[in-house]
Amino acid sequence: MASRLLAGSVLTVFVVFFVLPVVWLLLAATKTDQQLVHDNPLSFGSWHALKANWHALTAFQDDAVLLWLRNSAVYAAISLVITLCLAVPAGYALAMTEFRGRHTLLIATLVVMLMPNATLVVPLFLEINAVHLIGTMWSIILPYSFYPFGVYLTYIYFTTAVPKDLLAAARIDGCSEFGVFRHVALPLATPVIALVGFFSFVANWTNYFLPYVMLPESDQMPIQVGVGSLLSNVPSFNPTVGTLAIERPQLALATLVAITPVLVVFLFAQRFLVSGMLAGATKE
Amino acid sequence: MTLTHSSADSARGRPRGTSRQSRAGVAFVAGYTLLLLAFGVLPTCYAIYFAFTDAGGTFTGFSNFVTTAQDFRFVDSLGHVALYLVFWLLSLVVFVVVLALLLHRLSAGPVSQALRFLYYIPGALAGAASVLVWLFMLDPTVSPVSSLLETLGFHTFGEVIAPGNLALLFTIIAFWTGAGGWIVVMYGALNNIPKDVMEAARIDGANGWQTAWRVQIPMLRKWIVYMVILAFAGGAQLFVEPQLLSLASTGVAGRDYSLNQLTYDFAFQMNNINGAAAVSVELLVVSLSVAGVFVARSGFFDAD
Repeated sequence: MASRLLAGSVLTVFVVFFVLPVVWLLLAATKTDQQLVHDNPLSFGSWHALKANWHALTAFQDDAVLLWLRNSAVYAAISLVITLCLAVPAGYALAMTEFRGRHTLLIATLVVMLMPNATLVVPLFLEINAVHLIGTMWSIILPYSFYPFGVYLTYIYFTTAVPKDLLAAARIDGCSEFGVFRHVALPLATPVIALVGFFSFVANWTNYFLPYVMLPESDQMPIQVGVGSLLSNVPSFNPTVGTLAIERPQLALATLVAITPVLVVFLFAQRFLVSGMLAGATKE
Repeated sequence: MTLTHSSADSARGRPRGTSRQSRAGVAFVAGYTLLLLAFGVLPTCYAIYFAFTDAGGTFTGFSNFVTTAQDFRFVDSLGHVALYLVFWLLSLVVFVVVLALLLHRLSAGPVSQALRFLYYIPGALAGAASVLVWLFMLDPTVSPVSSLLETLGFHTFGEVIAPGNLALLFTIIAFWTGAGGWIVVMYGALNNIPKDVMEAARIDGANGWQTAWRVQIPMLRKWIVYMVILAFAGGAQLFVEPQLLSLASTGVAGRDYSLNQLTYDFAFQMNNINGAAAVSVELLVVSLSVAGVFVARSGFFDAD
């Protein structure tokens, strides 16, 4: 009994730890800066203040926040499409077909997957600079599109969840190799496609270092880098700011705006997450 | 890996279906292979090339490594990252395993499912958002846990983010964002332990603690190793947390707290690309060696 009580309280303490900051953030966006300091931290401010915060936020550099959101959406969406079009067939081929160099490619994928990406940001900058793409959206989109973890997930999925006999049967029925992929493998792969899409979208949307280096102009920034630059305009965190200041509730609102797309995608992908993570877990 | 290989195969008399498959396989991986070369292999080679040459392209041996290691900030940032990694990996292994075991003992009811979901939510706030949230959480004037902060003796934001606390604070931020996903993974792995193994342990008279320690945790080993490898690689590249904090603290946390900030500084503030490449290569070598040791010892990535 005592042990159950202990277990219950540990689980509850962690619920508070994980959830309280999110709840606070939601409420903070509805307050004025004075309310943020003086009111109960977990009280609701007013719709009026929320609206005022929104106006103040969008007024910053003429709708910069909306522009950053649009940039993020464009970068994440295009690279998502490229990732899926390249990673899913690659994972399928590694799992289900034999070809020269297959083993090498598999090992290279595993190694690159374990490589810390941020350490490659500087060499990537030099490489992109050498082909004169710095400051263009391709300097972000192309590196984002390279997603070895997605190939690995697809590979694991096909080796564990789809029997090779099924493909052989389709071939005997006269299906071309592309037809086998398109009509047999792809429909079976929906869960892993959703999963790869989710992980790659979140990874790209939340990336900070790469766009921070590649895109020097404010109007090209994705929202992550944008909220970072908002932060340096908040007087309570950075007293040197002049008149174009952003207040803390507006920064909280900007943070909420930055995470909303991820939350939406997250809710849609929820049912794939558990089963999909287990697709990797059942590799024997 | 070109078409000539597969036609050579068929010339040697391999069955037609296989050569057809081989061609298709090559076609399916072609696009990805291109990206792998462009954004995996090539930048790595580029980094190595720059690390061993000077600005004029002359081979300089290890002098870039020596110069950067002698930079007055290098040892400090190395120490910061090492300390952070110790906190981060320890907290991840201990708490993730404990929480997954506790959730698993709750049985597969809606409570366990709801808790896993709640733990996972901060995962959506990865990147700059998580740092911003915690800047607020750690500021006693607005934090919902300001009384806790006051009890611990912190009255101002500056006191909380004193340099000595940073490794711990970055651990809290990283754990808050990243632990939920791993709890879901560990929970799934626990579900995959065969029922008869658990049953056998129960019949042998093992209590919950013994089952966890002698049956469940050993069977989670591969997953724990996997988590440690990825968390190590992720933790070693610490950048956004200290970088944003340096914006918020007017100099309390410098722009040279972590090794990756240092590479940024070398490359873009001091115009020393070769020095930056040297630090990048060091980070790569360390991360890959650590991963290599773990992978070899656990057999996790037996590719085939």
